[in-house]
Amino acid sequence: MQESMVSAQPEKKETPAVKRQSGMRRVLAQPLLRNLVVGLVALVLFYLLIGHLGQYRIYQLSLVGPYVIALVGLSVLTGQNGQISLGHGALMAIGAWTLTLLQLHTKTPLWMMLIAAALVTMFFGALLGLVAARLRGPYLAGATLALALGLPDITTRYQSVFGGYQGLEVNQPNAPSFLGAAATPTEWLALIEMVCVVVVMVLFANLLRSRVGRNFRAVRDDEIATQVSGISVPRTQVLAFALSAAAAGLAGGLFALVAGNVSPGGFSVVLSISLLAAMVIGGTGTLAGAVWGALIMVYVPEWATTLTQKLNLNQAVSANLALAIYGFLLVAIIMIAPVGIQGLVRVAIFKLKSLRKEPG
Amino acid sequence: MRNFWNFLLIGVSNGLVYALVALGIVLIYRSTRVINFALAAMAMFSTYIAASLVDRNAPYFVAFVAAMVFGFLLGAVTERFVMRPVESKSPLNAVIVAIGMLIFLEAMAGVIWGAKLRNFPSYFSLIGLKIGGTRLAISNFDLFIVTVVVVLLLALLVLFRYTKLGLMMRASAFAPEVARLLGVRVGRMLTLGWGLACAAGAVAGLLAAPKVFLFPNNMDAVLIFGFTAAIIGGLDSPVGALVGGLITGVALSFIGGYLGSDLETVGAFVILVVVLMARPEGIFSSISARRV
Repeated sequence: MQESMVSAQPEKKETPAVKRQSGMRRVLAQPLLRNLVVGLVALVLFYLLIGHLGQYRIYQLSLVGPYVIALVGLSVLTGQNGQISLGHGALMAIGAWTLTLLQLHTKTPLWMMLIAAALVTMFFGALLGLVAARLRGPYLAGATLALALGLPDITTRYQSVFGGYQGLEVNQPNAPSFLGAAATPTEWLALIEMVCVVVVMVLFANLLRSRVGRNFRAVRDDEIATQVSGISVPRTQVLAFALSAAAAGLAGGLFALVAGNVSPGGFSVVLSISLLAAMVIGGTGTLAGAVWGALIMVYVPEWATTLTQKLNLNQAVSANLALAIYGFLLVAIIMIAPVGIQGLVRVAIFKLKSLRKEPG
Repeated sequence: MRNFWNFLLIGVSNGLVYALVALGIVLIYRSTRVINFALAAMAMFSTYIAASLVDRNAPYFVAFVAAMVFGFLLGAVTERFVMRPVESKSPLNAVIVAIGMLIFLEAMAGVIWGAKLRNFPSYFSLIGLKIGGTRLAISNFDLFIVTVVVVLLLALLVLFRYTKLGLMMRASAFAPEVARLLGVRVGRMLTLGWGLACAAGAVAGLLAAPKVFLFPNNMDAVLIFGFTAAIIGGLDSPVGALVGGLITGVALSFIGGYLGSDLETVGAFVILVVVLMARPEGIFSSISARRV
């Protein structure tokens, strides 16, 4: 978290040395283009990968996507701007219901529904941000937690609009013809998600390197010094909250598509709390950490369930045992890796690099 | 008008339980700056211990005290062996560890006692008292709640205000370094503080269980309302915890009574926002200076 002040230094103007480099090098020297290239490569690799996976594996992978996007938003808010949120599950719910209601009542194209989910949630995020800008630390955590608890109850209160406890069904989009006749909605959804993940990652990666990103970190590190330098602290905080909410809203929309329905049970307090835990375990404030966190959210419970099912216990006991393993691992990971998995990865990379340098 | 008084009385009774939970949160927060989300699971676990004892024909009050002792030990052990290693790191890490403990304990309760809802004996009648011809919304059990909470609060007040141990605990919370230089075993005081907080949580669990029933997640909502109460009162003020608990309990009771119980949780959010907009660090918070 602390190192980002260093990496936040403004990019150097193109020096002659850079100009002399080959075309590819020059592209890679610019953060915007480099991120784009990395994102496109990841997209192609992902497309090739899902060709080799069974439908269930693809479905599992597509559960990861929404979490990555939501965690990117949360991680930027908490790790880069210093505002904690225990209410991102509620923001995801706003995105999910926005998409579902649009699908139910209008004939909006999919991409517009996803953007609408992000924008509507961004609006509510900005409102929440106005409240949040006055609150610090545990007080903000408490207020957002109360939102996470309360919002799902609104959907059961107004059943005719939001569908009550059962929630509403969401239709999954059919794969377009250019993917070939054999492509299933599951594969198509996984691809859509990967595109969204890449877009969000590239946008946030660039945002964090811009003046806006520097302002975020300045507010996190010292509010008074930031205010004195002429940057409005509350405005920056509201902006961070709104952008973070936009990511959560998009994630919620995608989540609704993958799940095939939206219901209050899917967006309980547990979701908000899991997101926070996954963020810290992945590595607070880092984009790569969001990926680690999302993978853990999906695969660790799955792995624990498979493990306990092998023990031939009765259904209820084995389900609870899997949950207990998950809880235990949360504690264990924090103890082993206090700066998150991405922190461990960084240390490993650093050690490898210094090993390589030593002989020369 | 009778409704009004009934909602008020129910609110006070619930509010006192929230106040106990809030007190558990405040005691821990002001000494270690950790929001102990595991308090819900610790309270629930202690209540299950009491229920098992009652099932084995132990008297109610023996089970009650046993649950308190268990809560105390659980809290103390948690602080010493789980929280101590992460307390020096980022506060967020400690919160995640507490959440991990919450998930672990709730799941283990499911493994040991099953996830099914069960009754918890209340010893005192839950049927409303009769005054004149009208039946009130409060019962003997509610009077028991009031007595227990008042006694506990007074006991804590005496401990913190009038004993050397209490003074050492306060010193460790507010100026750990100075306290250590003066010979206070700060680590031990923190362990003790966690123990007391979790014992208070256990009592809250015992008092809430007859109304919310007993199951592994039964204290989750109570914890969030207790957290709301602690925040409204100001996170480092025990008096604030009591006042915050009463405000939360009464307000939620009115919202639930007049507008519908499904709006209680939304109500908690609204109350929190309203209070925090006026006092961003709770009603009883000490004024904090901002330094450059």
